[in-house]
Amino acid sequence: MYSDLVMEHFRNPRNVGNIEDADGVGEVGNPQCGDMMRITIKVKDEILEDIKFQTPGWSDEILEDIKFQTLGCGAAVATSSMVTEMAKGKRLEDAMAISNKAVAEALGGLPPAKMHCSNLAADGLQAAIEDYRARRAAKEA
Amino acid sequence: MEDVIYLDHASTTPTDPEVLEAMLPWFTEGFGNPSTVYSLGLSSARAIARARETVAQIISAEPEEIYFTSGGTESDNWALVGAVDAQSKKGKHIITSSIEHHAVLETAEYLEKHGHEVTKVSVDGGGLVDPEDVRRAIRPDTVLVSIMHANNEVGTIEPIAEIGKITREAGVLFHTDAVQTAGKIPLDVNELGVDMLSMSAHKFYGPKGAGLMYLRKKTRVSPLFHGGGQERGRRAGTHNVPGIVGLAKALELTVGRMADDAARETELRDRLWVGLESSIEAVYLNGHPTPRLANNLNVRLDGIEGESMILMLDMEGICVSSGSACTTGSLEPSHVLLALGIPKENAHGSLRLTLGRSTTIEHVEHFLRVFPPIVNRLREMSPIWCANCACKQRN
Repeated sequence: MYSDLVMEHFRNPRNVGNIEDADGVGEVGNPQCGDMMRITIKVKDEILEDIKFQTPGWSDEILEDIKFQTLGCGAAVATSSMVTEMAKGKRLEDAMAISNKAVAEALGGLPPAKMHCSNLAADGLQAAIEDYRARRAAKEA
Repeated sequence: MEDVIYLDHASTTPTDPEVLEAMLPWFTEGFGNPSTVYSLGLSSARAIARARETVAQIISAEPEEIYFTSGGTESDNWALVGAVDAQSKKGKHIITSSIEHHAVLETAEYLEKHGHEVTKVSVDGGGLVDPEDVRRAIRPDTVLVSIMHANNEVGTIEPIAEIGKITREAGVLFHTDAVQTAGKIPLDVNELGVDMLSMSAHKFYGPKGAGLMYLRKKTRVSPLFHGGGQERGRRAGTHNVPGIVGLAKALELTVGRMADDAARETELRDRLWVGLESSIEAVYLNGHPTPRLANNLNVRLDGIEGESMILMLDMEGICVSSGSACTTGSLEPSHVLLALGIPKENAHGSLRLTLGRSTTIEHVEHFLRVFPPIVNRLREMSPIWCANCACKQRN
């Protein structure tokens, strides 16, 4: 049913866990639907303020660390694992742009009935980044 | 496959080598079509007649009340569609239960779309139908009651004989899906008071693709298959001679060892449950402790999803099944578990273990060693486990 790569990620999921002092937390899904994912992220933002000022739209916020916890089927676990691997070390915008489809493709595809499970992964990551941005905006305000 | 621990006997069973041996000649030298008049065909016809007598005797029926089909799904479809079709003048109302196999439920839904009315009686928290609910649901235009003998997921054995008395008094046809009970508990169509009964050979160590329908004499049921006039014109299609021979042989052998198997499986099943309960936190039994099929254990575990348990057990060479949505092919978890009042999140985390002839105490002990670490691993990965329990790992 699943590709070897999906099973490999299910067997050895990357970045499982919870970052205690996370900068952002994303929670998507619902136990009633049988799948739920929680992503915690740590963001590094060390760039000098004047560089940012000189380059409008520039950001050097990097996803320094990312961990997930997932309740769900093989596809839910594997996509969670894959999205953390794809996002780790990336600039926030680039991580934000990872689509559910891209996660499924990176895993060599998912069975048609399982495509909905892949929606958790990128959505969870995006929710965590949005949470980080909201916290930051609240701090700056 | 030597190393596989197979705990999914409610799904299917391996064909007994003795059954296979009985079937083999009917693929090759005995290949004749039983509907022909030359000797080669007649010997096939005689094999079918012997099979019919064997089966009839086991369930206390007459040979001419046995109709061979392709399996449980066909028999269930036939019972519903055929009974409704033949009684269109009487009415359009069918009674069934909320925990039937999809072969019954989806056929009932199909009929509903075509103008029939369906009442699904509910079950208690253990999965039992109350016969009085059936009595109350019967109307003057009720043409059929279909209630399963034992449930395929939780193993609850329904009070078929009591319901049979009620339907008989009311003059309503009564069908039971006995797919899970054939070969496991004694079946007597007269004691049960049924007019129709479905069976499937591969559930009792027979071949796949062979089943039967018991149809009480003078029961008005239209055929589902039209064509060649086989089975007294009520089930067209060239007979599956090896399958029919295999079905009868398998039923005969299984019934012969039924009491011993049930006693052994009960003991192993109970050991399994005690072992799970003592080694795993937040594990609960689904269904009634009794009346329950001897080989069925269905449990739910907080904080885990079923398919991931199946996949992890599969890596250990253990075959089980689950009521999780991911294994039902839809987004909804098992309709049976939901009908028992089990919340969706727990239905997703249910596991069904069904024992059989191959199951040994070593298998049970091995399972009990392998499973708790899997549960721990998945719970560590779960975002809801710590939120739900007293453990201090997170927050």
